[in-house]
Amino acid sequence: MVTAVKVSKTWREIPQRYRLEANKCNNCGKIFFPPRLICSNCKSRDFAPIKLPKEGKIYSFTIIRTPSSEFKDYSPFAIAIIELDNGVKLMSQVVDCDFNDLEIGTRVKLVFRKIQEDGSSGIIAYGYKCVLVKS
Amino acid sequence: MVGIVGYGAYIPKYRIKVEEIAKIWGEDAEALKEGLLLEEKTVPYLDQDSVTIGVEEAQNALKRALVNPEEIGAVYIGSESPPYAVKPSSSIIAEVIGAIPEVHTADYEFACKAGSEAVFVCYGLVKAGLIKYGLGIGADTSQGAPHEPLEYSAAAGGAAFIIGSEDTLADILETYSYTTDTPDFWRRDGEFYPRHGGRFTGEPAYFKHVLGSAKGIMKKAGLKPTDFTYAIFHQPNGKFPLRAGKILGFTMDQMRPGLVAPKVGNTYSGCSLLGLAATLDVAHSGDLILITSFGSGAGSDSFIIKVKEKIEKVRHLAPTVKEMLEDKIYIDYGTYVRYRRMIKE
Repeated sequence: MVTAVKVSKTWREIPQRYRLEANKCNNCGKIFFPPRLICSNCKSRDFAPIKLPKEGKIYSFTIIRTPSSEFKDYSPFAIAIIELDNGVKLMSQVVDCDFNDLEIGTRVKLVFRKIQEDGSSGIIAYGYKCVLVKS
Repeated sequence: MVGIVGYGAYIPKYRIKVEEIAKIWGEDAEALKEGLLLEEKTVPYLDQDSVTIGVEEAQNALKRALVNPEEIGAVYIGSESPPYAVKPSSSIIAEVIGAIPEVHTADYEFACKAGSEAVFVCYGLVKAGLIKYGLGIGADTSQGAPHEPLEYSAAAGGAAFIIGSEDTLADILETYSYTTDTPDFWRRDGEFYPRHGGRFTGEPAYFKHVLGSAKGIMKKAGLKPTDFTYAIFHQPNGKFPLRAGKILGFTMDQMRPGLVAPKVGNTYSGCSLLGLAATLDVAHSGDLILITSFGSGAGSDSFIIKVKEKIEKVRHLAPTVKEMLEDKIYIDYGTYVRYRRMIKE
């Protein structure tokens, strides 16, 4: 069985999903995650690769109780916009927590987890999720 | 001298108590706890496997090693629960930590001693001068069939060790391996749960190889049990390692820091390495440590390790095993069945 589209997409996203690789515009300083080829702010094509910090805080969150079919095993689950310590925002599941402990501003760290599985015989897509940091 | 440059452990946050499992099957929890010296075990969440656990261990080891991941010449993982039957776990971990592409990777398999094998081979490659650093990982999310003794012990977790010859936090003074063909525990290709030989897993398997390996390395090094500060033996439960240690002449004080099974369960390929990590968490410069792994099939690897001053500076750069043991969420049997995907659609 060939599942080339899903495999190539999963492979293409490895640098950002595994190592949080972003890029920073050398002209205006804007950071892009995932990396972009042209700066949406100043149209520059001159970028430097950077790695994002692994800690930040919850900017906003919600609980998903009716997910799409590929995430039904995880339901219900928390998903949040995380503001990393350098100001970059990204979307991530929040795992290993009691939903009652979730608050805007709570410190979190990114961890490496399975994101999605293409059935029991397909590719496993790994990437980042976040857990609460003990205060 | 070749030794440990950095180490890191990881155990999942979820736990299930022996009482909770025993309640479902109408078994005597107190008798099980006393007989196996087990209290609870770790349970991986739905999104955790031996790769994600291996990554956490490797990242914690890198925090203590303070080395450039690009200088790691080998990444090896030992596991009996790889997520893919065909596709390496080690290449995923190498990619995550940034050791790619100039790195040798391989997945090792030898039941519960696959992790110590990975460390053993890293030690050999560094000693031969072929690589600067090697990363050896033991990680598992093993399954015990429902209503089976292994269900009380099969757990998830492990530890990783970065081996090098410069700026070590502990030197490896001696190594030794002891192996025979002993069919005490196995899982056939395509089968989900392992099978075992019951009591046959004891004397002719675990004890013969653990005692043979520990005696062999002490004879080779000219050392005796009283020369060691600490000793760690593979922990399929809490009882076997204490009995092995007692037969050899080790005391409870020597084994207590590395005895993690009662609170963690058997983390298979990660088991003895997790015990070593817990011991390094409390060890001081000059301490001498004996570690002996065991893998069914069967064999044991032993190492004699001497702790150095660097450990005091790097110990708290990553979470200790004790800190991870205290950070837990208890679950009931229904949640356990769900997290372990024991219900098939």
